Amino acid sequence: MSAVAPQKSLLVNGYEVVIGFETHTQLSTHSKIFSRSSVAFGAEPNTQASVVDMALPGTLPVMNKGAVERAIKLGLAVGGYVSDKSVFARKNYFYPDLPKGYQISQFEIPVVQGGAVSFLLDGEPTSVRLVRAHLEEDAGKSLHDDFVGQSGIDLNRAGTPLLEIVTEPDMRSSAEAVAYAKELHKLVTWIGICDGNMQEGSFRCDANVSVRKPGAELGTRREIKNLNSFRFMQQAIDFEILWQIEQIEDGYAIQQATVLFDPDTGETRAMRTKEDAADYRYFPDPDLPPLVISREWVARVQAAMPELPRVMAKRLIETHGLSVYDADMLTASQHTAAYFEAATSGCGQPKLVANWMMGELSKRLNGDGLEIAHAPVQALLLAALVARIQDQTISNNAARQVFDALWNGESADVDALIESKGLKQMNDTTALEAIIADVVAANPDNVVQFKAGKDKAFNALVGQVMKASKGKANPQQVNDLLRAALEA
Amino acid sequence: MALTSDDMARLSRLARLEVNPQTQQQTLDTLNGFFKLVEQMNAVDTDGVEPLAHPTDAMGTVAELRLRDDVVSEPATEQARTANQASAPAVERGLFLVPKVIE
Amino acid sequence: MSAIHEWGVAETARQLASKQVSSTEVTQALIQRCEAYQGMGAFVHFAPELALQSAKEADVRLGAGERAALLGVPLAHKDVFVTKTMPTTAGSRMLAGYKSPFNATVVQRLMDAGAISLGKLNCDEFAMGSGNENSAYSLVKNPWDTSRVPGGSSGGSAAAVAAGLVAGATGTDTGGSIRQPASFCGITGIKPTYGLCSRFGMVAFASSLDQAGPMAKSAEDCAVMLSHMTGPDLDHDSTSLDVAKVDYVAALHQPRLGATADKPLLGLRVGLPSEFFGAGLSVDVNAAVQVALKQLTDMGATLVDISLPRTELSIPVYYIIAPAEASSNLSRFDGVRYGHRAKDYDDLGDMYQRSRSEGFGPEVQRRILIGAYVLSHGYYDAYYVKAQKIRRLIAQDFQAAFQQCDVIAGPVAPTVAWGIGEKSNDPVANYLADIFTLSTSLAGLPGMSVPAGFGAGAMPVGLQLVGNYLNESALLHTAHSFQQATDWHRRSPSLLTPGAAA
Repeated sequence: MSAVAPQKSLLVNGYEVVIGFETHTQLSTHSKIFSRSSVAFGAEPNTQASVVDMALPGTLPVMNKGAVERAIKLGLAVGGYVSDKSVFARKNYFYPDLPKGYQISQFEIPVVQGGAVSFLLDGEPTSVRLVRAHLEEDAGKSLHDDFVGQSGIDLNRAGTPLLEIVTEPDMRSSAEAVAYAKELHKLVTWIGICDGNMQEGSFRCDANVSVRKPGAELGTRREIKNLNSFRFMQQAIDFEILWQIEQIEDGYAIQQATVLFDPDTGETRAMRTKEDAADYRYFPDPDLPPLVISREWVARVQAAMPELPRVMAKRLIETHGLSVYDADMLTASQHTAAYFEAATSGCGQPKLVANWMMGELSKRLNGDGLEIAHAPVQALLLAALVARIQDQTISNNAARQVFDALWNGESADVDALIESKGLKQMNDTTALEAIIADVVAANPDNVVQFKAGKDKAFNALVGQVMKASKGKANPQQVNDLLRAALEA
Repeated sequence: MALTSDDMARLSRLARLEVNPQTQQQTLDTLNGFFKLVEQMNAVDTDGVEPLAHPTDAMGTVAELRLRDDVVSEPATEQARTANQASAPAVERGLFLVPKVIE
Repeated sequence: MSAIHEWGVAETARQLASKQVSSTEVTQALIQRCEAYQGMGAFVHFAPELALQSAKEADVRLGAGERAALLGVPLAHKDVFVTKTMPTTAGSRMLAGYKSPFNATVVQRLMDAGAISLGKLNCDEFAMGSGNENSAYSLVKNPWDTSRVPGGSSGGSAAAVAAGLVAGATGTDTGGSIRQPASFCGITGIKPTYGLCSRFGMVAFASSLDQAGPMAKSAEDCAVMLSHMTGPDLDHDSTSLDVAKVDYVAALHQPRLGATADKPLLGLRVGLPSEFFGAGLSVDVNAAVQVALKQLTDMGATLVDISLPRTELSIPVYYIIAPAEASSNLSRFDGVRYGHRAKDYDDLGDMYQRSRSEGFGPEVQRRILIGAYVLSHGYYDAYYVKAQKIRRLIAQDFQAAFQQCDVIAGPVAPTVAWGIGEKSNDPVANYLADIFTLSTSLAGLPGMSVPAGFGAGAMPVGLQLVGNYLNESALLHTAHSFQQATDWHRRSPSLLTPGAAA
């Protein structure tokens, strides 16, 4: 990592904040990393723990190809180096949820080296460098609540494949940290290596936070473990930053520690540190020869990769002239992007589609708490609606009524709705000219005032015409024809 | 350099073994006797030699990890669990019981 | 006709196939003998009922004309192989009464070939030892002199075969644990190339060294068993070699190119490492080995002087690598999911410490401490990495040697079996006794012990044969030819007094 960290100075009470992330992404395989048991969530305790996962005597690990393939995808997505040879090592420590007494992980040579994650921070292009991503097995769970003075061990999660993604200490604010985490979350779900379900722990972030006076060397860091929601992430980091500054200001030195965030108190508290954490006695796992990844395999995976969100956003800006912000919003997820592409190709109106998606559509989605994939108004339906706005069949206001009707399922036929609701704009001039003639005749004073140069009078006449046309007249057309009639 | 009783205490903690006051000195002597034996390794020039972690790596072909297809074939049944827990010291409702884990 | 207990694997199979005798008769005879010589301490778990049940089933299949290489042949397994129908202890208090939900691959394959099992055989705790004095269960006595050790760690297997309690037995070899007890008890045993037998279901000692193999009366017996123990086990063991199965019995009778009836080993180059015949080798063992080498030359082989310069280094290298792997492999024994859990403890950490300290014997604890030390921060490079580098040099030395010879020959151990208790308070002396077998294990090469006469105290001496990778056939062919011309392997101890059961 020779490149230097991007220079950003956002001081908090005169301190610079330094944040690095370690994210455990649970890979979306069917079976575990070293055994053939299912990784499905929520099974009966220990029913998804095979003899291998329980580390019964005589059992041995056999590597899951699907986990390796997902690691390759991540490596390609972040522009890192996919190691042609990486090594599995044993991390030795005792813990009841660690059945073998060691975790199989990667230490000296990880499967992905380097790379970076780029995203917008307040509209500014930002990039966080990655140190590495390595494959490892998850541990089981200790359940404390059900038993007095005892804990129950469930090994269903033991052996679930994880990809631990480690950044350089590049982040300078909690906002940037959250933006990074959101972008990484978007990326791993976009390329389909992780289901991204944070409630179920599929995407767990540990934040290494330290503060220092500008220019000083790195301060002692504390690691906030298991940040499983973006909201708590920001709260936890902000609390930690202020707590550390306060300690230093009060003349205390920061002790390296692992802390947990308590959403109820909004505070972080130090965990009871695992003894001997300092000495994991890593060594190459003799049960697993080195992981060799051929360039051919990498090329095959590359060929099957979807267009990445940043690449797609760039394309939308260039081909559709969308704003950077719009492009970023429309590539928030693969579903959103797919919706936009389908709707646009359906009506050829990218800007209108973008406006409707970020306006009416997202408003209704938020209102009903729906994912775009389940929106009652799917892409082609919106395309049909937008087409009717474009060809002036209906006004924007009318379109909103149609959209509501479509959303509420009154009908799935845009034109039928326009008909039944009589929302068609009157674009036939002779009919309109007749109405205008009547209105002009019926309102001589306004005409006089208009001729005297009072625009308000003109607007009053326009209102009369619109009223007479029951709102179906095309306002622009009314303006032109009325002006023509008066100035005749 | 010889191991001290402090080393013994540290290693015992690492290995989750109790230090037995009766046998500690004898164990220490044995270990130190062994590490004398080890000193002859220092004389060997191993510059540029790749460590041999897997014997297969010495069989002419490079040792390479075999990968299995991502397929579930283990039964997720309570019968299987019962068999796997047959020798467990303490189980309740399918969970292994241990003294409270404090985090 | 010789007695049933003298038949061994191949002969028993022949007798059963030709219906001269039933599996039940054979099994009953051996059960009686096992009971008579219980005091030998060979078994940790003796399963006569189970064996007779299997024998009955085998007789039915034999009656129906079914043919399977080991159908109805009574064997027994070293207690480091997990078994569904019998408990598995690995010679440790830690695993007392442990029931495995599955069979070790090696055990399953022998069962598939029709073999039946008389029980589980005693061994050093977690296969750590050279005298079988580290078993948490009974001492095992050497059938040739019950005041001596049978060797280790597969001492129960060696004693059971030598005493004719079983037709053949399985063993495991991490640094000599098949070859040395075979030598001490005057039987034939082979440790195949690392990865040839699946390690699935073997309670792990040192993962990069552990290898299963047969222990029996003759090379032919070993060939029959090995043919049904090997083969890829890709679903269960990432280090299992993906190579085609070999019929080692056919290999026995495959004449060497240009060989003749009276010179069956014509053209075979036998390498003699000078380091194997130095001051450390006792006179009596050397004498027996020399006679055996003379025999090989009489059969047409030519002797070649070679050098394995790092033989002495194999001791520190092995006793760093094996404990390092063991200290990690034995971490799973924490009293949580299986195995010994202390009765009283204050908290979780205390439960770990007490359970492990009560469950593991002194030698195992010693090796766990050594392993933790050589892997610990600040010592890893100086000890573990250095040892792994020298390990590669040792493997390279063998490849250089095999440029000059086809097989390597020498003693298995510097001395014959020592007296029980003689070395038990000097572990390091035990380590030194492994000097001739460790380098083979470190390189992952196949090695064999062939009965080659007797030394001091009329105790058996073994000739060690080492072959290149996957060259088990050459070893078995050489040993078989040797056994056609000698009868050392047919000698059996005169167990006059079943009072060995003392």
